[in-house]
Amino acid sequence: MRAGPWAGVLVAVAMGGAACSSTPAAAPRAQSAPPAVASPAPSEPRAAASLRLPGGALSEDQRILHALNRLGYGPRPGDVERVRRMGLAAYIEAQLDPDRIADPALEQALAAYPVLDQTPAALVRAYPPVAPQVRQKIAQGEMSRREAALMYPPERRPAVITSQMQAARVTRAVLSQRQLEEVMVDFWFNHFNVYAQKGAVRWMVPAYEREAIRPHALGRFRDLVRATARHPAMLFYLDNWLSTRADLVIPRGPNAGRVVGLNENYARELLELHTLGVDGGYTQQDVQEVARCFTGWTIDRPQQGGGFRFRPLAHDRGAKRVLGQVIPAGGGVEDGERVIDILVRQPATARFIATKLARRFVSDDPPTAVVDRAAAAFQRTDGDIRAVLRAIVTSPEFWSPEVYRAKIKTPLDLVASAMRALDGRIASADGAPDALGGGGVALAREVARLGEPLYEAEPPTGYPDRAEAWVNTGALLGRMNFALGLAHNRLRGTRVELAPLVAGADRREPAQVLDRLIVAVLHGEAGEHTRAVLTAQLESPEITRTTAYDRVSRDTDVEKLTALVLGSPEFQRR
Amino acid sequence: MTTRRSFLKGGALACVALGAAPRFLVRAALARERAGRPRILIAIFQRGAVDGLSMIVPHGDPDYYAARGSIAIARPAPGAADTTIDLDGFFGLHPALALLAPLWRDRRLAVVHACGSPDTTRSHFDAQDYMESGTPGVKSTADGWLARALAATPPPPPVSPFRAVSLGAALPRVLRGEVPAVAMNSVADFDVRDAAPPMAAGGGARQGFESLYEQGVRDLLYGTGRETFEAVKMLKAAAPERLAPANGAVYPRGRLGASLRQIAQLIRADVGLEVAFADVGGWDTHAGQGNERGLLATRLREFAEALAALDRDLGPRMSDVVVLTMSEFGRTVRENGNRGTDHGHATAMLVLGGAVKGGRVYGRWPGLRREQLHEGRDLAVTTDFRTLFTEVAVRHLGAPAEPLFPGFSARPGPLLGLLA
Repeated sequence: MRAGPWAGVLVAVAMGGAACSSTPAAAPRAQSAPPAVASPAPSEPRAAASLRLPGGALSEDQRILHALNRLGYGPRPGDVERVRRMGLAAYIEAQLDPDRIADPALEQALAAYPVLDQTPAALVRAYPPVAPQVRQKIAQGEMSRREAALMYPPERRPAVITSQMQAARVTRAVLSQRQLEEVMVDFWFNHFNVYAQKGAVRWMVPAYEREAIRPHALGRFRDLVRATARHPAMLFYLDNWLSTRADLVIPRGPNAGRVVGLNENYARELLELHTLGVDGGYTQQDVQEVARCFTGWTIDRPQQGGGFRFRPLAHDRGAKRVLGQVIPAGGGVEDGERVIDILVRQPATARFIATKLARRFVSDDPPTAVVDRAAAAFQRTDGDIRAVLRAIVTSPEFWSPEVYRAKIKTPLDLVASAMRALDGRIASADGAPDALGGGGVALAREVARLGEPLYEAEPPTGYPDRAEAWVNTGALLGRMNFALGLAHNRLRGTRVELAPLVAGADRREPAQVLDRLIVAVLHGEAGEHTRAVLTAQLESPEITRTTAYDRVSRDTDVEKLTALVLGSPEFQRR
Repeated sequence: MTTRRSFLKGGALACVALGAAPRFLVRAALARERAGRPRILIAIFQRGAVDGLSMIVPHGDPDYYAARGSIAIARPAPGAADTTIDLDGFFGLHPALALLAPLWRDRRLAVVHACGSPDTTRSHFDAQDYMESGTPGVKSTADGWLARALAATPPPPPVSPFRAVSLGAALPRVLRGEVPAVAMNSVADFDVRDAAPPMAAGGGARQGFESLYEQGVRDLLYGTGRETFEAVKMLKAAAPERLAPANGAVYPRGRLGASLRQIAQLIRADVGLEVAFADVGGWDTHAGQGNERGLLATRLREFAEALAALDRDLGPRMSDVVVLTMSEFGRTVRENGNRGTDHGHATAMLVLGGAVKGGRVYGRWPGLRREQLHEGRDLAVTTDFRTLFTEVAVRHLGAPAEPLFPGFSARPGPLLGLLA
């Protein structure tokens, strides 16, 4: 693989760029998907003036911080001021309409990750699996592992695909101006999780996110379910590509004569995790009937990166009954589509999705009122995700002091928000093959170390979104070590310049430096104890050191102080 | 927000927080060990629902071979490789579990078959949740059953922060509750990696972080922060990472092997461990499960290698240790359309250790005829998992039976009798 055109170039985090650009003139991205809302179903008005935010006890700056922390990956230097200038409602409106936000710095940075735009078939060719013959030779001792490794150099291994995807996800969280869109892509990928390490899924993940998730992240829920249901990544991950009507005898090919049949894996997770929720009122019988409806939904040569294919021969053409509704005999691919239409209209689905979104945006145990409102918006608009988000951000509960800074950051939240707070730069690969170097890869490794290896959640539940899942001794140490590594510029391919953050402060006056840091990183939201501890640290000889080049004056160790601030309890919350 | 568990720890926390020598804790742990060695439980969760019928094969049940075509494990044939290893004339070990056969012959390995939950969910997530909270069907239970067992058996102070340890990035549900529990990815990395070593020897940043979490509201974040630093100091003093596997034990590559190797290090370093937890995935074999060889066999082989290595590594200390394996449910009796199995009901669990009355399969065999199956498709549960877990917690850890499994009455008598 060649190094991208951006090799060796430090891509700045668009310092001073229009972080919240809502420039109406900005053309949609060249490769941007068609409008997600394709059906003529009622849609919420999208004019900028329509968003009425309720008041509350939070100060205006707290409200802005809250929005930047919840609808995105936290503020960068200058973001609060910019949102204040443009107005909070206008900022949120702009975020709800990401296609109108220009994002050139991100697009340049993503050029370092060519797998993002490639088809599964192209990826299988570029990053081939180990050939069966080679496998066999290794197994029989005819070829050493080392010899095999030479045939498959690191930059051509399939692991590169996941590595680039992970790096791109973190890069997007850090750099994108379309912060809400990135949050929603993360949310939906996790909701419709696939595991990159399962068989052929690794070659399909870029296409899955690009085709099935991203175009619908703020679109219609039904489109998400439809797109994921027929995507090879999901068909493979949850085994539906293998599911056929009972006792089908394979007529030809290498498996001719074999008897195959039903597999209920996808059907169960579709009901339990994607739509109704585990308490959504379905039975084991429903699971089996849904599985029958999806028989024949398969993949055309999955090992070569083929696409969706419906095989009529494998389809169960009998009548089925799903949640009491009859799906008549004689159907084909439309049986599965019928099931999706039934499921997305269930009140249980509206409630399940509303609860999960409220958990992401409001609190671990969201107030019933906000869930009610979000679920009502879901039902009223036939699953318009934008409308559900509007219902959430226009709920008084979203702006209440009880939920302010009440969410614990996930590992991705933490790593991205720290990079943003320090205005960190992400280098693309410097000369080395893209996937092996580059700041995005290093940052993604940190996210993994903290317990959230992206695209590598094995169970179909994806990653949990509650504090207990992320707060434990080991993870907390990991967060502190990340803070130290980042502030001391020890993470390969990332660079933070702390001088601008404490500009104007006299480095010989530690108290001044600390004040600037608390303003810059925590926006003044440091508890009394934290402030006192940090102030006490200033007396420590390791914070205020005598420098080699100036043995008389004191010099504050800004790096260590910054690490302490990033590792503080306050910075673990959003 | 979740309210923080209350702290049962007494003087130890205060002392350590003030920077007292953590060696004191190590010595205390050692002293207690001499007085009466702490019993240790190692719980291993096979996440994804292991096929109990392949792990512990009911080769004496003709319906087993009738229900399964390509994925059945061949009948025992002494001398022949890749056949079921007979245990008692009716059950046998999957051939990939061959390394466990000597432990069975030594009567240190017991099996509980047809074991599972009274709740009929086939959701991995719910079933795992129930097995960890110990309250099937009740989702609101705040803590896990192992945390309750530990809370009910407070040792005399000073209390080690390492009473409960989970290997992995997250603290599992089963250990969440009123007692501190440590989650760690690896023993060696469990510290603040400070910059500029020459100046920072002694950990300037660690001290700073510790102070940051020293006070503050008693919530999850601060409470965890305090436990973290207590544990870091103690581990530094005990240095378990320097202990190489003993007795020539060789752990398999992969996460389970690494987890058990480090649990053995913690045990041998005498840090006061009472309950250790590890999990291992890859059991959700919906397609291409394989038989004597294949997908499941590969997973089982690694599983057996890790257990056998642990047993060898700990040597005589296994007399203080019980290893308990569990999985959220079993898999369908009939093979599905893809040479795999779908979500079922009962499965098999293993109990290993010096105090185990092994060499026996416990529990009543419900049979595999259609009318004997749960909902006509799955192995029926004849031993409630809480019966087994109660026995392990009561007989081995010395926990009182009563608050362990709310809503479950551990009547005297129904215990299996697999622990001395």
